[in-house]
Amino acid sequence: MSTATAPARTSARPPGPPRRSGAATRARRREAAALVLPSLLPVLVLSVAPLVVGIALAFTDARLVRRPEYSVVGLENFERLLGNGFFWESFRIGMVWAVSVTLLQLVAGMGLALLLAADLRLQGLTRVLALIPWAMPPVVVAIMWRMIYSPNAGPLNAALGSVGLPDDVNWLADFSTALPAVVVVGVWVGMPQTTVTLLAGLQQIPGELHEAASMDGAGAWRRFTAVTLPSLRPIVTSITSLNFIWNFNSFSLVYVLTEGGPGGKTMLPMLFTYLEAFKNRNIGYAAAMGVVLVVVVVALLTVYLWSQLREEKGAR
Amino acid sequence: MRTLVRPAQYTALALYIVFLGFPLLWLLSASVKSSEELNSLTVSLLPTEWRWDNYSQALERQGLVRSSANSLVVALVSTALVVVIALPGAYALARFRGAMRALGTGWILVSQVFPVILVILPLFLILRTVELTDSLVGLTLVHTTYTLPFALWMLQGYVSAIPRDLEEAGSMDGAGRASVLRQIVFPLLMPGIVATAMFSFVSSWNEFFFALVLLQSPENYTLPITLKMFIGGEGKVALGPLAAGSILAAVPSIVFFSIMQKRLTGGLLSGAVKG
Repeated sequence: MSTATAPARTSARPPGPPRRSGAATRARRREAAALVLPSLLPVLVLSVAPLVVGIALAFTDARLVRRPEYSVVGLENFERLLGNGFFWESFRIGMVWAVSVTLLQLVAGMGLALLLAADLRLQGLTRVLALIPWAMPPVVVAIMWRMIYSPNAGPLNAALGSVGLPDDVNWLADFSTALPAVVVVGVWVGMPQTTVTLLAGLQQIPGELHEAASMDGAGAWRRFTAVTLPSLRPIVTSITSLNFIWNFNSFSLVYVLTEGGPGGKTMLPMLFTYLEAFKNRNIGYAAAMGVVLVVVVVALLTVYLWSQLREEKGAR
Repeated sequence: MRTLVRPAQYTALALYIVFLGFPLLWLLSASVKSSEELNSLTVSLLPTEWRWDNYSQALERQGLVRSSANSLVVALVSTALVVVIALPGAYALARFRGAMRALGTGWILVSQVFPVILVILPLFLILRTVELTDSLVGLTLVHTTYTLPFALWMLQGYVSAIPRDLEEAGSMDGAGRASVLRQIVFPLLMPGIVATAMFSFVSSWNEFFFALVLLQSPENYTLPITLKMFIGGEGKVALGPLAAGSILAAVPSIVFFSIMQKRLTGGLLSGAVKG
């Protein structure tokens, strides 16, 4: 059976695939099904089903209580949500967080990737350092940065004090500094992935392109904008989209850093939804929030990817 | 102009090294400082005297050993499950074209976009009806589910990298499908399986959110939850043991990443991003 399929596959490439025999195709289908089913079943039961149920929950008034009884309430959760100022404030904070972390990750990651691609010393050390944040558990990262930001015994305030700047800022508890402070941690955590991805992209750009540009008298910056950036464009698009999604959906880091405080200044949407579900026990309402968040993120991504695609076409 | 480029590059590199490395150094230094020194107002990176008892204290108290064991069991079992489930699926995903592949890839992408909160709500309800909420079995199932899509994606990349011609040559020589898979594909896939397994292990070991939602009794806590509980009571924190425990918790994933460093920079993610 398997020997019959092999030649059919070799010739399935162009030019002009000849018709396979029906029996061989069926055999291949069966084989594929046998291979996929063991992974499909757990995925369906544990991953697809919960998601569908999760969306369905958004249309009910389910509560997290013993012996739950709930009824379908249609769009009521969503109507309530429209008037919920706290949710939209948290949504705004989430956007500020996700957009600024994503942008800073891109800029910082690009800079580091360019340095790593240049022929410098200390490469090994930098490469390892650039990967460690990725490897660390978010809880440990948060604990570590709480020590850095510590108002009394923290090195940040000590360093500021030693150069004569104010050294009594309570970074994570001050209304104006809390969000920027957690953004910095977000950048620290997310930079490795961005750097590694961009570096891999940089190494795929043929050296002749740069040489040709230098011959034409292009300086470093001009070579970057005329050669490097256009070649990296697809990679930049994918990594920013992924980073944006990951950042918008992030929970653990900020939960351990501030628990959403002070005064809700770092209340990311995931924290808000978590509290609604597991502290206020309104899981129907929380599911509706989750649905709204997904819809908005997908809409934003669609617009972004669509505009990138158009620009890419326009550039050719 | 040309002469200015190198110094500028080294300055930038130094800034990156400080930004990335200093927090780690600080954590290390806090883990060997005495509590008096940690609370004193004179702040210095190098401890005045090196104290290793933070580590023994961290291990003795506060259920760190127990929660490490919990984390280890959950991570090992979910890793085994992920690999066993993902292996055939990844092979099919990489080798067979058509609607199934499109659906599979689509699902993997969708699962990355959806916030975990939408998955955990129904999972919580389901697990509660079968009494698996405050249980390591339930957590293992959730971790398996959560890691599966990306593991599938990783593994199918490794399968795609194995030339079809090798398999076809095997078939031509008269070897059956099963023995082609066992003798040709599997050995070549071993590095990919190891990488996927390590990835699954680390994501489970580091995972915080699901453990926070599911586990209620302290004897079931995983390591991240126990560490979070350390810092619960503000001010009353034993910073030294906390730092020591944090470092111990970070060791498995740092070991993983040092081993994987070459491969990662080689393009695991670039492959994943480009599809």
